[in-house]
Amino acid sequence: MKEKPFAITLDVGSSLANRTGAWRTERPEYVHRLPPCNQACPAGENIQQWLFHAESGDYESAWRQLMRDNPLPAVMGRVCYHPCETACNRVQVDNAVGINAVERFLGDEAIKRGWRVDAPRVSSRKHVLVVGSGPAGLSAAYHLRCLGHEVTIHEAQERPGGMMRYGIPRYRLPREVLDAEIDRILAMGVTLNCGTRVDDVPAAREHGGFDAVFLAVGAGIGRRTYIPAGDSAHILDAVALLGSMEGEGPPLLGRTVAVYGGGNTAMDAARTARRLGATDAVVVYRRTRDRMPAHDEEVEEALEEGVRLKWLSTIKHADGGRLTIERMRLDETGFPQPTGEFEELDADTVVLALGQDSDLTLLKGLPELTVDRGVVQVADGLMTGHPGIFAGGDMVPAERTVTVAVGHGKRAARHIDAYLRGTSYEPGAKHAPAAFDRLNTWYYSDAPASVRPRLELARRVSTFDEVVQGLDESTALFEARRCMSCGNCFECDNCYGVCPDNAITKLGPGKGFAIDLDYCKGCGLCVAECPSGSMEMVPEE
Amino acid sequence: MLKQTEGSRAVAETVAYCRPEVIAAYPISPQTHIVEELSRLVKSGALKPCEYVNVESEFAAMSLCIGASAAGARAYTATASQGLLYMVEALYNASGLGLPIVMTVANRAIGAPINIWNDHSDAMSQRDSGWIQLYARDNQEAADLHPQAFRLAEELSLPVMVCMDGFVLTHAWERIEVPEQRQVDAFLPPYEPRQVLDPDEPVSIGAMVGPEAFTEVRYLAHAKQMQALEAIPRVAEDFRRVFGRASGGLVQPYLCEDAETIVVALGSVLGTICDVVDEMRGRGVRIGALGITSFRPFPLDAVRKVLGGARQVVVLERALAVGIGGIVSANVRTALSGIQLDGRTVIAGLGGRAITKASLHRLFDDAIAGRLEPLTFLDLDTGLVERELARMARTRRSGPSAENILRDVGSNR
Amino acid sequence: MSAAQQVNFYQVGTFAAGNRLLGPELQSDQSDPARANALTSGHRACQGCGEALGARYVLDAAQRAAGGKVIAVNATGCLEVFSTPYPETSWQLPWLHSLFGNAPAVAAGVAAALRAKGRTDVRVVGQGGDGGSVDIGFGCLSGMFERGDDVLYVCYDNEAYMNTGVQRSGATPPAARTATTQAVGEEPGAAFGQGKSLPLIAMAHEIPYVATATVAGLRDLEAKVHRAMGMRGARYLHVLVPCPLGWGTASCDTVRIARLAEQSGLFPVFEAEHGEVTDVTPIRRRVPVEEYLRPQKRYAHLFEPEPHTDVIARIQRTADRNIARFGLQAEEAVP
Repeated sequence: MKEKPFAITLDVGSSLANRTGAWRTERPEYVHRLPPCNQACPAGENIQQWLFHAESGDYESAWRQLMRDNPLPAVMGRVCYHPCETACNRVQVDNAVGINAVERFLGDEAIKRGWRVDAPRVSSRKHVLVVGSGPAGLSAAYHLRCLGHEVTIHEAQERPGGMMRYGIPRYRLPREVLDAEIDRILAMGVTLNCGTRVDDVPAAREHGGFDAVFLAVGAGIGRRTYIPAGDSAHILDAVALLGSMEGEGPPLLGRTVAVYGGGNTAMDAARTARRLGATDAVVVYRRTRDRMPAHDEEVEEALEEGVRLKWLSTIKHADGGRLTIERMRLDETGFPQPTGEFEELDADTVVLALGQDSDLTLLKGLPELTVDRGVVQVADGLMTGHPGIFAGGDMVPAERTVTVAVGHGKRAARHIDAYLRGTSYEPGAKHAPAAFDRLNTWYYSDAPASVRPRLELARRVSTFDEVVQGLDESTALFEARRCMSCGNCFECDNCYGVCPDNAITKLGPGKGFAIDLDYCKGCGLCVAECPSGSMEMVPEE
Repeated sequence: MLKQTEGSRAVAETVAYCRPEVIAAYPISPQTHIVEELSRLVKSGALKPCEYVNVESEFAAMSLCIGASAAGARAYTATASQGLLYMVEALYNASGLGLPIVMTVANRAIGAPINIWNDHSDAMSQRDSGWIQLYARDNQEAADLHPQAFRLAEELSLPVMVCMDGFVLTHAWERIEVPEQRQVDAFLPPYEPRQVLDPDEPVSIGAMVGPEAFTEVRYLAHAKQMQALEAIPRVAEDFRRVFGRASGGLVQPYLCEDAETIVVALGSVLGTICDVVDEMRGRGVRIGALGITSFRPFPLDAVRKVLGGARQVVVLERALAVGIGGIVSANVRTALSGIQLDGRTVIAGLGGRAITKASLHRLFDDAIAGRLEPLTFLDLDTGLVERELARMARTRRSGPSAENILRDVGSNR
Repeated sequence: MSAAQQVNFYQVGTFAAGNRLLGPELQSDQSDPARANALTSGHRACQGCGEALGARYVLDAAQRAAGGKVIAVNATGCLEVFSTPYPETSWQLPWLHSLFGNAPAVAAGVAAALRAKGRTDVRVVGQGGDGGSVDIGFGCLSGMFERGDDVLYVCYDNEAYMNTGVQRSGATPPAARTATTQAVGEEPGAAFGQGKSLPLIAMAHEIPYVATATVAGLRDLEAKVHRAMGMRGARYLHVLVPCPLGWGTASCDTVRIARLAEQSGLFPVFEAEHGEVTDVTPIRRRVPVEEYLRPQKRYAHLFEPEPHTDVIARIQRTADRNIARFGLQAEEAVP
């Protein structure tokens, strides 16, 4: 090539000498925001992050991410009422991401593949007693093992699992799934003593030489109410009914069963009654459907299975296979008031599902503990008034769900760990929320939710087979890919693409992007066109 | 090869032997015969490889040549008159970018009033466009200047305009020695562009240049034309060696050595002038003629050398700088800076008016006798223009002069 | 929906620039870390310039399609001025600027030269703004179309003469305020009934390919460039490139505004071959024109001091007509 004509003809790319970054008054930055699913998860799962792995088909990484917070994904994928999905930003686009279904897929995949978590090789030589092997106890045991501590669980029942085994029917939670997840925790070196009731906590602690105790005995006593009843009335409580399903022979309920109450346990009892041969299972509830504590999904499934619901009704009398029902009305505060109108209802059995209480007899000898309205008062770190004794799950003030209990187990484990080290546990600062208005939803392809297949109705009323089926891989993958990754970069390359000044460098898979401030003019296009709201403009100083 | 042919055809054939790779064509009289013949040569396959593109305007013709030349192709077009003016913006651009395009201008007047006949108004208007301008005195030279034009253009990276008088030359049939392919190939090497659009060696051509460098860019354009002053005679000499005949160069003096009066002119009128010079020499008048072949660059030294010894210079121009008079004259005077001699400007042959020997005899006699005004319009119908001037003086809005004059001409008949 | 389609769903696969899960063949050219960056950093375009973005999108895709062998010819205008002020150029491909009104002819000349030299592997892209294309360069462009010169000509339409300070062009939409159609008098802004659709005029030449696109539809735009580059002859691509300066929009809104132009129906996105419309990009989330107009200061007089509902309705009718004419309304999704 000959000498180029002066000034008219230029060497390519020479404008790199012109650092247009000097024009900038604001600069873009990559940020992390707290996705609403994560924020809503009682177990503190980093849902967005495990979905991120699942999206790529790397289910093991996804599962391992999930397992950092929750040791029972297969259980959770069945019994969690998924507040994450209620909070999901995608609701405002089409439908929530099926987080729960993907969680179950991952949990089942882990069982199928035999994935396991190993405890650290080196022991802290600290020993923790966990009382109760329900979700809180198992979760605490798991997390404590992960932190290197020795754990022994005392369980009063014959089998571990607490209400997961003795309260949740098999058609919602097959026992082989529960057993597999419990076994995986036990395989980490947790000592489990079933049939071991703890009656005196200080004594048990002293006897075993435990450095700390986590109490998680749950709420296993069915609440009773006084119903005037004749001698032949057959009245039992739902906890007993559901617990007896794990026993030798199924209880005899008769052809007509009335379930008294409006919670999830009432639904479980009514649906169990249907499966035990009741031709008529009626839920009697004193308020209206929209005021029922039972989750919609459970109510829907119960209705599908032929369970009848009787609103605004209280049982006034029971005898000889007949109930006297009083009609109620809601006053202006929403409280039910008697109307003085009565009707009759056939019921061979009345099942009381009016809530549960904790058996707190084990607290004798711990006068420092405060019990209020039947539950143990705890500090933020779940420690009771007695140093080194922590409590969680249904026996402390909180929503009573498996997921909350699992979250308690994790939280307790972290605080117990700090206690054992003589420090205190400070959870990291939370990111600002990833609100919907920070997203640029244009970029998300239209993709309505996949529906999990359900067992055919005929088999639902005659067997205890699992009602809700899992997603196959392709559907689970599809669901995972519906995640909008709110507030966290998922490497869609939009920032890299829309920069008119080529001021964004792509660092490669998993490494994200860098902003070249030599050339970034601060136009803000990258921030505006970031689908997930994981960039923001900050003023230059 | 000597043949009886039309000037346009001889030019077209010669251009074809120069192996242009892209030809842009747009019709305008009197240039059309050139591109018509080239069309035939390309379509018939006689000239290949060559892309012949019928464009939608002269502006597009020059623009297409710009693109082709920048992409490394030898590019050619031809135009005249209004067409040249329509491509003005692109002319400046081609020279500014240093693209060695060659263009034939079949010189023709510029309207209004519209006029298709010969004068030099078109090319003269582009004297500052940065193009080299070579004026042919006859059809032989018109043909011969084209291989020289390509060589100069490509050597200097400058576009070259070959000017030949419309109709007078383009449409004249005569015996012309048309160059042969073998000779042209020996004379004109393949085009090696100074800059080219090439994906393997990308460059940006056509940058915006601000006050910090614009003067330097223009200076360099001027310096290149100054280099052409050396190149033009050298190339003409090469041409003479290869083709065996003289053609081109900067200037062509005729009987100037002892001349007291020298007539300066460009183009085909030189033939008539030389005939009159011969006849006046026969009468013992010491008169000569100077043909300027290279008007851009203007050969100041060569002109000064020829004219410096004369007593009187008459510049005969086929264009008019309205408001001052001569265009060539002004350049000649620059060449004669500091030399005291009598200079007269004669505007002649506008819009195709014939320049006859009789008129020239009268003109030169008047010049020698000191009867010429500094600015003379040859064969001007003074009565007619005076009547129109009078009318204009009487009535502020006397209507279009052209129509008034036509009416007068009609009433005179 | 088949299982395969379900698995192929990648959240943003169709709309965002890239996706970490897609194979290289399914990534946009712009998501490629080794993309050509035909227009590199350091250019002097305003913040958020749609034309700078559009030009890189187009030329990177063209280079990808042609194995890097592309020559660009540029009309005078913003794109030329901000990219090549001596002594710096932002271009990284062979590039030629000649004049305002002659880019199509210059490009045709380059193409002719390449053909004469047998370099059919090297492809030519001509480009200019709306002024250089619909107005001053229109004659040359029509000639290029009519002759079928082997050039892809791209008009980056920002709907006025921005480089000279936002004067009206033949592509300025009705009611828009420019420096020569000011927001004063009886009918403020550009007149109704004026302006032209160059894509439709291009179609009338029955050239092999005509398409419209916006900087809001990267993948659509790239697909069209690739399609065009897969053909020979005269091809035309008309890209809407919002101008923050001239339209009075925030620099971060360039892509959003282009999207609203498309989603309101005011800028129909379609493809045509040999004079017939062959495909349209359906509107995905239709918006009233007001949503497009309101963020732009060039239409501020339509909303202040009180809304000119009649004028807005008139613009809405234009959008409605486009939607009906090109069939832009997507079929109602089956629930």
